[in-house]
Amino acid sequence: MTASLIVARDLVKRFGDFTAVDHISFEVPEGVVFGFLGPNGAGKTTTIKMLTTVLRPDGGRLSIAGHDPIEEPLLVRRAFGIVFQDPSLDGELTAAENMELHSVLYRVPRAERRERIEILLHFVGLWERRADYVKRFSGGMKRRLEIARALQHRPRILFLDEPTAGLDPQTRNQIWQFLRELCCDEHVTVFFTTHYMEEAERVADRIAVIDHGRIVAQGTAAALRQQTGGRTLEDAFITLTGHSIREAEAAPIDRMRTMRRVWLGR
Amino acid sequence: MNAVVILWLRQLKLYSRSRARMIGALGQPTLFLLALGFGLGPTFARAGRGDYVQFLAPGIVTMGILFAAVFSGSGIIWDRQFGFLKETLVAPVSRLEIVLGRTLGSATVALIQGSIVFVVCLAAGFRPAHLPLLPLALLFMAVIAIMCTAIGTAVGSVLQDMQGFPLIINFIVLPLFFFSSALFPVPDSQGAVWLAVRLNPLSYGVDGLRGALSGGFEFGVTTDLVVLVVIAAILLVIDAYLFSKIEA
Repeated sequence: MTASLIVARDLVKRFGDFTAVDHISFEVPEGVVFGFLGPNGAGKTTTIKMLTTVLRPDGGRLSIAGHDPIEEPLLVRRAFGIVFQDPSLDGELTAAENMELHSVLYRVPRAERRERIEILLHFVGLWERRADYVKRFSGGMKRRLEIARALQHRPRILFLDEPTAGLDPQTRNQIWQFLRELCCDEHVTVFFTTHYMEEAERVADRIAVIDHGRIVAQGTAAALRQQTGGRTLEDAFITLTGHSIREAEAAPIDRMRTMRRVWLGR
Repeated sequence: MNAVVILWLRQLKLYSRSRARMIGALGQPTLFLLALGFGLGPTFARAGRGDYVQFLAPGIVTMGILFAAVFSGSGIIWDRQFGFLKETLVAPVSRLEIVLGRTLGSATVALIQGSIVFVVCLAAGFRPAHLPLLPLALLFMAVIAIMCTAIGTAVGSVLQDMQGFPLIINFIVLPLFFFSSALFPVPDSQGAVWLAVRLNPLSYGVDGLRGALSGGFEFGVTTDLVVLVVIAAILLVIDAYLFSKIEA
């Protein structure tokens, strides 16, 4: 049994008198693909933000690759790569320039940079498009580029916040295939969230289900099905989290993103 | 190459790829130069103040820098909107490096804009009084650019959405510009305008640039430089603080 790369103990995050994450605990062992599932507003993104040094927890303990995100944020940041829910590329730069900027920010040794960019762009099938502006890329291409970018500094953990949201089935398939290969080739531990239960069932070695800020179940997909008596993971998920539809209040940034989609069609 | 350099370089690349920005930012200063320079010129000369274009040009160059620099703050809001800001905020570099790289990059862009406006002024008949003082003029332009960019960065770090930005900025930029002695000499009598001009940090930029280009410092070259550098430094510290408060 290898040591766990991600350890969360009694993690708490409050916004005013609303408890977004309520004393959750979980561990992700090295080399595992870990699926973090939950309805909208359950606390998935808040948890990822705490794991990735973006938000400060109000209670509990965290260890990412052996470091505390509060005490040693820069060491933690060097240990993970992240693909956010929304694109975080610079559309006015080319694919190669986006990659280069990242490798400089993460201090990838100069001797390695070029080779690493070439390998990764080949890996996600974008090498031929390296000199094109990212603003001309499709949603799927952007996502692939972001995965390649996140891997440049050889992170031990890759965080993916809904990496396949809004993509067609072909692209989703392809992305999971990449990620599976990655786990083997680059020895990366993957932590992802998704709304697509069949994806989680197929890809994740371990799953945790979060609802109302609490972890309601963890284990393998098979164990969750057994526990709830459901035929598929989706059945299990509905049994665990109920039928009601969640309304998460949109922050100004989300409203802006909606506007952007309306105006720019992306 | 480090984080500051690559982020500086990014601002230059974005600028060089946007011809609209380059040309658009020239329109306003050129309009002011032509309309005021030639419209008010005869009146200015009749009042015994000499050639108005000669007086006005350094103010117009300052205007070019001011507008390009302060509006660069909208870049932070755009990057937030398009998501790129997050990429820099979770990178293993300090916020200070990020804010410094961005601000110096945008200041360099503003300096280039100011230089183009300077060329437009030359085309309109402006002639620098002392060519050997040109490096001093460039130094003043650079410090003005950094100070004004720092103002834009502060506003860009605080505001969440794009609609508010031009409103807030106009509220800051126009008073700064109109009470900077860019368009008219510092009044001799001690009134409200006299006070506003003296309290306005940009006045010291205009004065320094005018002294270097057309001759005659009102406040003195040392005072001008010290005021600009101190204000720019204070603003950069404020930027670093406000930027560190941004949530990814």
